[in-house]
Order: sequence, then structure tokens, then C-alpha cells
Amino acid sequence: MAQQLLSIITFLPLVAAAILALFLRGDDAAARQNAKWLAMFATIVTFLASLFLLAEFDPSNTGFQFVVEKPWILGFSYKMGVDGISILFVMLTTFLMPLVIWSAWEVETRVKEYMIAFLVLETLMLGVFCALDLVLFYLFFEAGLIPMFLIIGIWGGKERIYAAFKFFLYTFLGSVLMLVAMIAMYWDAGTTDIVKLMTHDFAHDTIGVAGFTIVGGMQTLLFLAFFASFAVKMPMWPVHTWLPDAHVQAPTAGSVVLAAILLKMGGYGFLRFSLPMFPVASDLLSPMVFWMSAIAIVYTSLVALAQSDMKKLIAYSSVAHMGYVTMGIFAANQQGIDGAIFQMLSHGFISGALFLCVGVIYDRMHTREIDAYGGLVNRMPHYALVFMFFTMANVGLPGTSGFVGEFLTLMGIFQVNTWIAAIAATGVILSAAYALWLYRRVVLGDLIKEALKSITDMTTREKAIFAPLIAMTLILGIYPKAVTDIIGPSVAQLVTDYHAALPVGEADVALH
Amino acid sequence: MTSADFNTVLPEVILALFAMLALLGAVYTGKDKLASAITWATAGLFVALALWIGLAASGERSAFGGMFIDDPFARFAKIVILVSSAAVLMMSEAYMSRRGLLRFEFPILVTLAVLGMCMMVSAGDLMALYMGLELQSLSLYVVAALRRDSIKSTEAGLKYFVLGALSSGLLLYGASLVYGYAGTTLFSGILSTLGGELPLGLLIGLVFMLAGLAFKISAAPFHMWTPDVYEGSPTPVTAFFATAPKVAAMALIARLAQDAFGAIPGQWGQVLAALAVVSMFLGAVAAIGQKDIKRLMAYSSIAHMGYALIGLSTGTVEGVQAMLVYMAIYVTMNVGTFAFILSMERDGRPVTDIAGLNMFSKTEPLKALALLVLMFSLAGVPPMVGFFGKFYVLKAAVDAGMVWLAVAGAVASVIGAFYYLRIVFFMYFGSPTEPVESRMVPVQWALMVAVAAIMLVGVVNLFGIEPVARVAAEALVR
Repeated sequence: MAQQLLSIITFLPLVAAAILALFLRGDDAAARQNAKWLAMFATIVTFLASLFLLAEFDPSNTGFQFVVEKPWILGFSYKMGVDGISILFVMLTTFLMPLVIWSAWEVETRVKEYMIAFLVLETLMLGVFCALDLVLFYLFFEAGLIPMFLIIGIWGGKERIYAAFKFFLYTFLGSVLMLVAMIAMYWDAGTTDIVKLMTHDFAHDTIGVAGFTIVGGMQTLLFLAFFASFAVKMPMWPVHTWLPDAHVQAPTAGSVVLAAILLKMGGYGFLRFSLPMFPVASDLLSPMVFWMSAIAIVYTSLVALAQSDMKKLIAYSSVAHMGYVTMGIFAANQQGIDGAIFQMLSHGFISGALFLCVGVIYDRMHTREIDAYGGLVNRMPHYALVFMFFTMANVGLPGTSGFVGEFLTLMGIFQVNTWIAAIAATGVILSAAYALWLYRRVVLGDLIKEALKSITDMTTREKAIFAPLIAMTLILGIYPKAVTDIIGPSVAQLVTDYHAALPVGEADVALH
Repeated sequence: MTSADFNTVLPEVILALFAMLALLGAVYTGKDKLASAITWATAGLFVALALWIGLAASGERSAFGGMFIDDPFARFAKIVILVSSAAVLMMSEAYMSRRGLLRFEFPILVTLAVLGMCMMVSAGDLMALYMGLELQSLSLYVVAALRRDSIKSTEAGLKYFVLGALSSGLLLYGASLVYGYAGTTLFSGILSTLGGELPLGLLIGLVFMLAGLAFKISAAPFHMWTPDVYEGSPTPVTAFFATAPKVAAMALIARLAQDAFGAIPGQWGQVLAALAVVSMFLGAVAAIGQKDIKRLMAYSSIAHMGYALIGLSTGTVEGVQAMLVYMAIYVTMNVGTFAFILSMERDGRPVTDIAGLNMFSKTEPLKALALLVLMFSLAGVPPMVGFFGKFYVLKAAVDAGMVWLAVAGAVASVIGAFYYLRIVFFMYFGSPTEPVESRMVPVQWALMVAVAAIMLVGVVNLFGIEPVARVAAEALVR
């Protein structure tokens, strides 16, 4: 049973989706209710099963656990497993999905298909975090585009078509380059087993290709191909432009999944592939990543200030927060990577909650324009409180999880590059500026808009959705050890291996 | 003709006899009375022959002094050709009879074309190659113009004939040069003359032959006929064009390149690689603006031929294996897609405009879902089987050290994804306009849904096609 636990968790939502697709007929109110309840049931069972996973997980073991391996086509294998880095992403996914399904309770169009799309998406997301074979990873990674494409395209806003296509083609281009790199890795190492590839020493001598001198050789080329994919997914400046469009047009539940889980695949990819497999190239190119992250933090924060659409503002704030993550990862020390993972988890709760906050008022007023609101506190005190909490968490108020992530990543980067740390620290101030200003314009002040006079406060269902998110944000903020205890040993191992793989002398150069 | 020779070509003999008998029978029973029965009988015969070839035969045999080769490679290609032709015939019958197009000549011409294709993939000699190719082509010219009263159909037939004849001329000229320099028409004989200095004339001959064959698989820049012929021909004929002849011509190129010129893979490899790159990009870019689904499928097939050519151009066992797997997957996807295109109609008349699919998912959720799976599979998005086809050829290219080709293929697949997505876009996100109806007979429905299911379930083990293709490729590449 324990052996199959990962497969069960991963494919349970898919089974539920298949049941929905094959056996649920009709489109009346009863069928819609059944679809929602079945999806809810499946995601909750998946979450409970993943709790077993967490309970059985041994953090002191830095290797992969719950490993299953079966032969598959082309000599590849179906290999799944989790370690300290991936298990919390699995937990994040299973934890958020029931809330996502619940938040979509009021959807009335094509409910069955909506639920199927989310269930399939959950399987694919879990697969990404569990896969231990390159091809299997790629399969899950790429296939996730299809349900998201449909979610944005069918249930999205006015410009949904443009956003769906942009989302698909951007990420698809990034991932096919990754596919070519994967084939090249297979060619070089003779295996697609991620565990074996982590210890494979890819050539890093300077080579010349078509008249260009490539320092770091093959590692650099592979690194860049993977970078193309993960940077788009993350998204990093300057390839972030699909994100605001996708977020704005996606339905609320789609935005939540996108921000809370799908973006984390990029960061996870950096940790799983870039650092352990191409250490020399990572080291060589880390200054580029640092500057891209720093620009992302400052630039997108400034862009966020200028937004008039709430979802767009939060989307840009996501890009800025992801800048801390990339910065922390490539600082390649314990604090930096701990912080990056922490920041990703915390951003999962906080940005998910912020999109839900927008969803709450969008459902009532059908606009996301900031100017259309103002003075909501007068009619919606509970909403004002929840929104306040998550605004503060987004800013990084101590006591919330947002603070821990930012603090750790800044600490990590400070040891490597003081300048970048200084620039990135200004992002903390800027985030306070745009987040609080948004809050002031939407919630505070007098209620003068005629249309808002009859707006109602959150329903019990809406409050119940926020409760677990508030709890998690507080728990992680007050007791971050809960997370760092689990990820710590694996991260320490990663950092040790990384520095051991660097040629002597280069590790020192990176410090300057 | 010794009895051993006869045994080797028995499947082809049966096909030929069947075609003659069917012709006689149809002529003596009055016009088109038997057309439907012959169609079904032909499909049945194809399936039976495919089973027989697949189960009974083994090992390698050759007949008529090496002019006709029966090896695992030929058998793999023949099975794909026979099964896909049978599928096309089965799903066409209802379409043809509903529109008064079901003449008894159609199944008979298809039988003769299939006979030609079987000859092509088994050819071990330039003469046998040309004979098979011409038998196939002549039958195809006629079926393209099957709808005599339609200007577009006759135009398609004529265009196909003129350009096809030109390509046959190129091929013949090349063959004559090769014969002149090698002194033999046998592939094995040509191979043995290739040691040492390579005569320029032989190379020119090789290039001419490849150009002629590139016409047949509609690889760019020899693709011009494809969109017009696909659009003009009756849809069942288009479905046929898109499947079996492509496999036959691709297998023929492999046969020629490996059996006759296997000693100089560098010479034809670069030609095929160039054809592959041009085809992939042209197919991907030109399809974007298409409004007619048949034209779109024409460009799609051009792009797909480019991917299959990647496999061939590597010249390795893995490359040929990848090509075979790719073609098998490609044909399957096309059968499923054309099963749907055949059913598209508005007010009882067949239509093929893509915009008509607007909001198709509202009216026909299951068919829309199946088509969605097919489109994503054609685009090469995992976990659909189409992805594994692309993955195979890209892997073969990288294995052979042709990384640039793999990168080009990867980039082209992104551009190509756009137009398949457009179909999904119309079905799911469009705004309702003049809708199409989809009237399917059970066979079409079953084929479409089955193919879509295959595309999804194939991720488990590709239905074991991999080792079979491996054996076939090993038989060819020495």
C-alpha cells in the first residue's frame, strides 16, 4: 500500500474525472450538483491520502522515498518518488484543490467539464512533482497546458481567446526547447532516470559552436534550454507577459490554480534540474538570474502600481514575488533555497487567497476595475478583514508566512551578492506601496458608488474557504520550522552536492 | 515463375485477382449495383490480408531474382497500408452512396492502388519500383477526378496527373542515370558498385529520384499539388490520399535509400534533412491561414512528412524505426480525423469550412472531445500518442548527432500547434454562427472514437508497436 501511495494520490483525481466523463449524463441542476460533489469528494480523499504520505515521510532521509518504478515504452520507466523538496509541493496541491473546487461552487456553465478539467489538472500537477523520469516529467509538465488552455478559453473573461493562445504558445515554446535538451541529456548520460542524472557529470569544458565560444560547454546549453521553459513558467522578467493576460482572463478558480500551483513548477524545475544537474552552468549564469530577478522585483512592482485592474495588479505582484524565489534558488545556500521553497509555498496560500478575494467581489459586481469600488468596509466588514489580512501577508508582515520567505531569500542572497540584496529589498517597500494603495482604494473610504450600496458581505461558504488559508498563512508565519524541518535535510544535501560539483576555485569566484 | 516466387507474391496476386474478378462481376451485373458490396468486400479482404501477412509470414524472402523483397520492413508497411485503406473504405461507403458517388470503380481502383503500394514497399529493383509507383499513381489520378460533374474535382485530377507525370518523369530520368552509371537496376547491384570514387552522374540520378519521390510524399518544395488536390477531391479520396500512399512512398524512399544507396548515407541524408526542414516549416506556417479543413489537413500532412523524413535522414536503425512508428501513428490520427471530416455537413451538403465548427462542443460534446484529442495529438502535445511519434524522430535525430534538425523540428512543432489549436478554439470558445451538423454512420463514429481512445490510452505502451518497428527497421538497415 505504502508503495503505491504516490500513484494512488496522483491518479485518484484522474479516475474521478473519468467517472464524471463516462457516467454522468445530462446537464440539469442535479447533474451539476453531482459533478461538484464528486469532484469535491475526490479532491478531499486525495488530500487525506497525501496526509498519510506526510506522516510516513522521513525528513532525515535525503533520498527519494515512496519510490515506484515500472518499465514503460522506449526503454523509459514509470518512476515516481518524493523527497524533502517535492513533498510539500504535493501537499500544497492536494490542500488547495478542494478549496479551488469549492470556490467554483457557483459556476453554472458546463459544470461537468469544468470539474473534469480541474481534476485532470490536479493529476498532472501532482505528476510533475512526483515524476522521477525525464520523459514522465515532461509528459505531466506539458499535458498540464491542455486543461489550463481550456479553462481559460472556455470559462474566461472577454479577452479569453487571446490570453489562452498566448499562454499556450509561450509555455509550449519554452517546453519544446526543454524537450530537445532532455533528448540530448539522454544521449549523453544514457538514462532518463532523474536520480541517476543528478549524479551524472555533464561536460562543462568550454566549446566552440558555429563560431561562438560557449563557456561551460554542454552544461550551459542544457541549462539555457531548461531555463527557457522554467523561466516562462515561473515567470521571470522579461518573459512574464503571458501571466497578467492569463490571470485576468482566467476564471477565479483558474487564477488560483495558476498562481498557487502552476507557477511553482518553474521553481521546482530549477531545484530539481538546473541546480543539481548543471551546477557549473548554474554557477556561471547565476549573475544573469540575479539581475533578472532584481529587475523583476523592482520593475514589476512599479508596473503593479500603475494597474487599474485588480487581478492584473496581483498578477504583477506575483511576478515580483517569484523574483525572490529565483534569486534565493540561485544563491545556492541553505537560507536562500529554504527561503525560496518557503516563499513558493507561502505565495501559494497568499496569492491564491488574494485571487479568491477578487473573485468574491467580482461575483457580485462583475468588474475588476479598481475605480469601480471604494468604501467596501461599510457594507462588507468581514471581507475587509480577510482582504486586509492577505494584503498584509502579501506585503510580508512579520507573523505571516510572506515575511519568512522574503527574509530568508534576502538573507541568502546577501551572502552572495550584496548589491542584488539591496535592490531586492526595495521591493519590500514597493510591495507595501501597491498592496496598501489597492486596499485603500477598494475597501476604505466612504461608500459613494451607487452600485455598491446593496453589496452583501461574504457568505458562509466564502468565509469557510478562506479559513484554512488564513490558518496556514499564520501557522507558517509563526512556526516556520514546520516547513524547514521537512525541507532542511534535502536542501542541505542539494547545497553540499552543488558546491562539491563546482571546480575548485570557481566557488570562490561566485562570491564576488 | 517458380512456386517459391509465386508464394512470395501471393498476397499481391490475390489482390490483383480480386480486382479483376470484382471488375468482371460489376460489369456483368449492371451499373453500380454491386458497388456497396464490393466496397465492403474489399475492406474485408484488406483486413484479412493484413492479418495473414502479420501472422503467417516470417523471415526474409525475395522473388524474381531479387526484384521483389518480402521482409519485416515490407510487411510492416503493408499492414499499415492495408489496414488504413480498409478503414478509409469502410468510412467512405456511406458518404459516397449518400451523394451518389459510389461507383464500383472506386473500390476497384483503390484495390489496384493498394496493389501498387504493396509492390512499392517490396521493390528490390528500379523497374519494380517504377511499376508499383505507376500502378498506384494512375489509380489515384482517376479517383481524384471521381466526381466528374464537379469542376474542382476534375481540376484536382488533372493537376494531380500533370504534376504526378512530371514527377514520374524526374524519377525515370534519375533511374536511367543510376542505371547508366551502376550498370544494373537491382538495388543490391547498385549497392555493390558504390565502393570508392562516386561518379557525379550517379549522384545526379539519386537526386532526381529523390525529387520524384518527394512529389509523392508531398514534401516541400514539391508540395504544390497537395492543397488543391486535397481540397478538390471528394473527401473519401482525400482521406485515402492522406494515409496509405504516404506510407508507401515513405517506405519506398527508405527502401531505395538504404537498399540501393545504403553505403553513402551522407549523400541522401542531407537532401532528406533539407526536405524535412522545409516541409516542417512550410506546413506549419502555411496552414495558419487556412479556412478549409481539407486544405489545412493538406498542409498538416506536409509538415508531418517533414517529421517522418527527419527519421529517415539519420540513416540509422533508430531513424527508420522512428519513421515507421511515426507513419503508423500519423495514419491512425488521420483516419480518425477524416472520419469526422466525412461527417461534416450543412443542410445535407458536405462542408469543410473550419468556421462552421463554431461552438461544436455545445451540440456534440463527445465528438468535439474526440476531435480535441485528435488535434492535440496531431500537434504533438503529450500525453497523446502523437507526441511520442515526434519524440521518436527527434530522439533519432539527436542520437545520430543531428541536434540542429531536432531543434528545427521542435520549433516547427510550436508553430504547428497554433492551427490545430484554432480548431479546438472554434469548437470550444467560438461564437455560434452557421453551425455544421455531423451525421455519422456507426462505422465513422466507431473509428473516430476508437482512434481518439487509442491516442489517449497509447501512452501506456504504444500497443507494442515499438519492438515490431524495431525488427522491421533492423531488416532494412544493414
